[in-house]
Amino acid sequence: MTIKVKVMDRPVEQVSYVRATLSGLAHTFKHLVDPHKVTTQYPEEKEALSKRWRGTHRMLTDEDGKAKCVGCGLCPTVCPANCIKLVPGEDEQGNRFPLVFEIDEFRCIFCGYCQEVCPEEAIHLGRHYENAEYTRDGFVYDLERLTSQTHPVSELWDPADPAGE
Amino acid sequence: MGPLLMSPITDNNTAFIIASVIKVLVFFGVYLVTVALLTLAERKVSAWIQDRHGPNRAGPGGLFQPVADGIKNFMKEELSPGAGNTVLFTLAPAIAFCTAMVSWAVIPFAAPLPTPWGVVTLSIADLPVGFIFTLAISSLGVFGITLAGWSSNNKYSLLGGLRSSAQMISYEISMGLSIIPILLLAGNVTMGSIIQQQQHGGWNVLNLSVAFLTFLISAFAETNRLPFDLPEAESELVAGYHTEYSSMKFSMFFIAEFANMLTASGMMATLFLGGWDIPFTAWDNSGDPSVLKTILTLMSFALKAGFFLFLYMWIRWTLPRFRYDQLMSLGWRFLLPLSLGYIVLIASLLLGLQAAGVEQGAIQTGVLLVVNIVVLILIFVVFDRGRLVSPTTSRMSAAEMLRLRTQDREGAVGVASVRPEPGMGD
Repeated sequence: MTIKVKVMDRPVEQVSYVRATLSGLAHTFKHLVDPHKVTTQYPEEKEALSKRWRGTHRMLTDEDGKAKCVGCGLCPTVCPANCIKLVPGEDEQGNRFPLVFEIDEFRCIFCGYCQEVCPEEAIHLGRHYENAEYTRDGFVYDLERLTSQTHPVSELWDPADPAGE
Repeated sequence: MGPLLMSPITDNNTAFIIASVIKVLVFFGVYLVTVALLTLAERKVSAWIQDRHGPNRAGPGGLFQPVADGIKNFMKEELSPGAGNTVLFTLAPAIAFCTAMVSWAVIPFAAPLPTPWGVVTLSIADLPVGFIFTLAISSLGVFGITLAGWSSNNKYSLLGGLRSSAQMISYEISMGLSIIPILLLAGNVTMGSIIQQQQHGGWNVLNLSVAFLTFLISAFAETNRLPFDLPEAESELVAGYHTEYSSMKFSMFFIAEFANMLTASGMMATLFLGGWDIPFTAWDNSGDPSVLKTILTLMSFALKAGFFLFLYMWIRWTLPRFRYDQLMSLGWRFLLPLSLGYIVLIASLLLGLQAAGVEQGAIQTGVLLVVNIVVLILIFVVFDRGRLVSPTTSRMSAAEMLRLRTQDREGAVGVASVRPEPGMGD
């Protein structure tokens, strides 16, 4: 059993180190003087995010400024990372609302199932990525923090428009 | 007659000492700042070649990046390997650093400066041994690298140190030999007389193009820069001889490398591009010295040295590293015979010209130029056909290659017996 090795049929007479070097130098010089650079100067410039970018969560609110969540318990059920903590409550009129709603963004895998499953379109993932914190506790977003976020929310995948255009 | 040959202020030793001290202090300030800026320039050039911006956060356009790097390096923890030789481990970066600093001393960087106390030559030490001093000191520099590799007690460091010593010894020979044609032309080893000869007889890059080429290649190998950076070869040897170094000790090697680059660039500018000579005019090298002349010649020298520094960086970010046997075969099998043959050629040519009664001047330069062009064409057309840099096997005859190829077509070749072609020119 032998291994086939591809041998380039290039005669020694056509091989030149100097010519190859010079053409390489010309090539690098072209890039050196090329004013177009690929770097994004991050804090000043930002790359455009996709509409379907799945970042940190946001809880949408109704006209009164209250969270739309009715505490149905679907999102903690569907969450594969088990990062949503929900304790439902009910007021005198029988309206359900979340007593405790916490998302541990450290555990979250940003799959977007919670947004997909929510019947009230309350919980959303956001088009946002600058979420650094100094402590681990800072990554547990409570209801107040989730409702006060202002970044745009991500859109769900639309089968009629699979490329998201 | 050359003002550089005059010994400075001989009648007054005190003035000489004061002038020397001032020169040394100013020089080291400027030299170290230049080295610091070179580290920035290296990063900038590499970034631009790779379509990036490079460091641009610290100061305007990243100008204070070297300061930030320096502070960072001072703050780093200094480690030394437990099983290593601590004394030599500490000594090695100092040797590398000092030799790199000292080797610049003989290079004159501007026309003499007139002062109220007399004319001051603008080189640290206008030694009669000239560039032999630089060669000697830069040879000492290899001790720093070799000792660093050995005292680290680390196989990668040791390999780096070994490679470095082998490489430096090999290339020093062709470097020294490529300077001998200059001696034949100038008749003296002092930097002053070499510059003087070029002012009258044309730059040596035209007179002695082949020597320039061999010197350039050897200088790249001497300063351990790509494509000859085998001592540190980060993809094979972690970081080569400075694997175990940290903090300021590591920085010293870094500074030494850039200082060596600077010295080699200065040497090339002086030996082959006329030093501080301004081309196409005799104004700078005749008449009384003046401050204006000093400034303009200094700029001329800086431009020439700067060109070589840029070439260093440009080549570094273009070419891949040589393999060890390719490096050795280029040094011993190509550069050494070439520089030896060139000495014979130039010596006989000069003897013939002398016999024909041609003195230093336009005719001599013209004859040398024609001969150089012929030799260069010979090298690049005849020799540069898979022979300049050896192919992946050390030496393979055309018949052997043909045999292997036909074997391969028949489909009965083991992996060990076939190597790829000399694939340099993709």
